[in-house]
Amino acid sequence: MIKSLKATGNQLANSAFQLTVLRQEVVDVLHLPPFHAKMQEVGLFPLRPVLPAVLQINVGKMCNQVCKHCHVDAGPDRKEIMTRETMQLCLNALAQTDIPMVDLTGGAPEMNPDFRWFVEEISKLGRKVLVRCNLTIIVANKKYYDLPEFFKKHGVEVVSSLPFYSADKTDRQRGDGVFDDSIRALKMLNAVGYGQPDSGLVLNLVYNPAGAFMPGPQAALERQFKQALLKDHGIVFNSLFAITNLPVSRFLDYLVESGNYAGYMEKLVTAFNPTAAAGVMCRDTISVGWDGGLYDCDFNQMLDLHVASTSQHIRDFDAVALAQRPIVVNQHCYGCTAGAGSSCGGTVA
Amino acid sequence: METYYNPADLKKFGNIGEFQKEFADKFFAYYGAVFAEGALTAREKSLIALAVAHAVQCPYCIDAYSADTLEKGCTEPEMMEAVHVAAAIRGGATLVHGVQMMNKVKELSM
Repeated sequence: MIKSLKATGNQLANSAFQLTVLRQEVVDVLHLPPFHAKMQEVGLFPLRPVLPAVLQINVGKMCNQVCKHCHVDAGPDRKEIMTRETMQLCLNALAQTDIPMVDLTGGAPEMNPDFRWFVEEISKLGRKVLVRCNLTIIVANKKYYDLPEFFKKHGVEVVSSLPFYSADKTDRQRGDGVFDDSIRALKMLNAVGYGQPDSGLVLNLVYNPAGAFMPGPQAALERQFKQALLKDHGIVFNSLFAITNLPVSRFLDYLVESGNYAGYMEKLVTAFNPTAAAGVMCRDTISVGWDGGLYDCDFNQMLDLHVASTSQHIRDFDAVALAQRPIVVNQHCYGCTAGAGSSCGGTVA
Repeated sequence: METYYNPADLKKFGNIGEFQKEFADKFFAYYGAVFAEGALTAREKSLIALAVAHAVQCPYCIDAYSADTLEKGCTEPEMMEAVHVAAAIRGGATLVHGVQMMNKVKELSM
């Protein structure tokens, strides 16, 4: 298992350093326009939010995996965990709004000791819960074996990463043995109804490239994955989301170490798509950090780029103030606006 | 070290229109149409392009279609088998001319 950037004392564990590295490459080395200038050209700067559809809550950076591409720098060594008090503040804020969906992410959100309580409380408020489940957590320890039943009980939408339908590519990105454990977990989810036709239990998979290249067409990849997983393992699922790797944290480190950094950044910038830019998820998503801080998205969260608003923390959640904020952008945003675009729900253009 | 090929030139391919715009525009429109989804999928075409790139030994095409096949979810074994298809055809094309050689040898020999 590799170590987190924080554990190895890597300079890229520092968000300010990452932002400097990103700007230097785009502007000084590649002589390409900074992201805000590109958005200005297409009349999207300042970028404004629309009515929020999702409250995405990062409940902690602790994870049982240490994936090579992780933008959170998550791992078993990370101790940042959202407290129940902060979760209660999230529930208070949620109750004041009509935001229909809560997207729980991490790390491995299930490792938060108050995870199940939180899901139950969100459900009591009548909101849809989406959990970004890394699959291996389900089989990591017997205390998690009943997660499929728990998810089913609350109608949770499960979204899980699977970089490929083969062990080789999956394990290279996510760690040794992850593919086999993921298959076991997917079968357990299928067994309680997830991904099955007409069950109402949604299981979506996330594809992100196992390297310094863009994802191909989402629909074609979905067909391939469905065919292969059914034929080889009898596994079914609903949809595949193709997500671009953003040059943040461990993926940025991978790009630099592998000599792919300049080429990848150039690819992202030259693939800028104004249609994708207009549909970026930060427009209808508000991101909450493990400590209750508010951000425009999970990537901004990991780069410590707080919302440009007087409403900075979940305890001071102010929907009106947040609706008027300019979304904070930086060079990593080129990842979400490249090609067909990218978001936590797949392509946007 | 000076070389004939510069990988950075691949992204300048579109600039050939600077010397002759009309034909460049026609070529790139045709190229885009050829690689779109059709009776063959875009993925199948990408693998064919990868194989042909090796047959004609264009380093630009090899780089471009190595990336393109990866993006389209092809595996390393699939990509290498495509290269072997090109190798088999090129090898076969060489060897089948050996029939002509045999014909000639028999014509000239007692």
